[in-house]
Amino acid sequence: MAELFSKKNLKLLSNPLNSSNPITVQVLGICSALAVTAQLKPAVVMSLSVVAVLALANVIISLLRNTIPNRIRIIVQLVVIAALVILVDQVLRAFVYDASKQLSVFVGLIITNCIIMGRLEAFALGNKPWPSFLDGLGNAAGYAWVLIVVGFFRELFGSGTLWGYQIIPDSWYIANGGFYENNGMMILPPMALVTVGVIIWVQRSKNPELVEENK
Amino acid sequence: MDRNGNTYTFLYAAVMVIVVAALLAATAVSLKPFQKRNIEIEKMQNILASVNIQADVQNASKIYKEKITTTYVVDAKGNKKEGVNAFTVNLKKERSLPVAERSLPVYEANVDGKVKYIIPLRGAGLWGPIWGYISLDEDMNTIFGANFDHQGETPGLGAEISTTAFEAPFIGKKIFNAEGKLVSITVAKKGEKAEPAHSVDAISGGTITSKGLEQMISDDLNSYKEFFNKKK
Repeated sequence: MAELFSKKNLKLLSNPLNSSNPITVQVLGICSALAVTAQLKPAVVMSLSVVAVLALANVIISLLRNTIPNRIRIIVQLVVIAALVILVDQVLRAFVYDASKQLSVFVGLIITNCIIMGRLEAFALGNKPWPSFLDGLGNAAGYAWVLIVVGFFRELFGSGTLWGYQIIPDSWYIANGGFYENNGMMILPPMALVTVGVIIWVQRSKNPELVEENK
Repeated sequence: MDRNGNTYTFLYAAVMVIVVAALLAATAVSLKPFQKRNIEIEKMQNILASVNIQADVQNASKIYKEKITTTYVVDAKGNKKEGVNAFTVNLKKERSLPVAERSLPVYEANVDGKVKYIIPLRGAGLWGPIWGYISLDEDMNTIFGANFDHQGETPGLGAEISTTAFEAPFIGKKIFNAEGKLVSITVAKKGEKAEPAHSVDAISGGTITSKGLEQMISDDLNSYKEFFNKKK
């Protein structure tokens, strides 16, 4: 048991959350980070789906790693990811129909999320199933928290709601005689990029080793 | 066997594809009944929502049976077509036919003793199909309620068409103008000139979805024009 959660293994979980975060440091998976973060709920469901797919795909590829022919390894990875995504989609549709509607095409887009194939290629192909599982969880969680933070701010300032519930008091709005107006920019995709940029800025000012040297 | 040889590679790919295909096919077949049921219930909920009745997953089919009194299909001339089940008409298929050959479903609902006519709609948004139901009062002119849905519009932008905030303003709007011309409903952006009786506000940031929805309502209502004129 102690070995399963050795320091080295725990690093696999914690590093992607911060110093090797797939979005803010490796700048992968940006496209879906823009698309599903206008509201909090789709961001959360998308995050959970990516956690499931990435952890499972990492384990499966790791189990198969000694059998996969080198020349078609990318195709094998793609087939595994696509099959998992379709399974997730089918199960969501049958049993959590509401959530599947909320995500619609974005579930399918998990297939093209570069973080997943990146982890399969860089980690699962050369490591045992357990570390691969942790690596998958860690990276998906690193993706998830950024998505959720961006979704939080975009929905709060763009629509005045969180999870669909009104947060900003109605009486604040100019239409009701107040002083406040939702910022329409926040729900447009460019503001997701700006928000991610702000997260990167904060992260680097706290963690100077991430800053590239100026030459 | 040589792991980098051609034979191994081909065999590996073949076995993998067969295993994955079998797995996915088995999943799809075994989950199909659940998914179909979900879709039917959702359709009933949507139809009921267009006459402003909120039904949840458990009681949708019961309320549907109570409230929807008759369903039938008409053609572009407004005559009833026999032998077609309105609930199972595939709107996507119908829209690819010329207007004269289309089967146009009508649902009649009984709300507080008054008959409401529910017209299904289908069109294109930004990323994929959008659809909905509009219910009309007996005068075939005043909108009693509207419900829209979509496959993959952007959350927070185009996807807002399925919120009450967007749907509620349709209530009470007229689809015919004073001269009796079918003008449908305009989805107007801020500053765009539009008759208040025939227009609702568009979604900011969701212009293409809004315009697609306007087009959808106009196209589909126009194919029912003769039916409306007969009923008026």
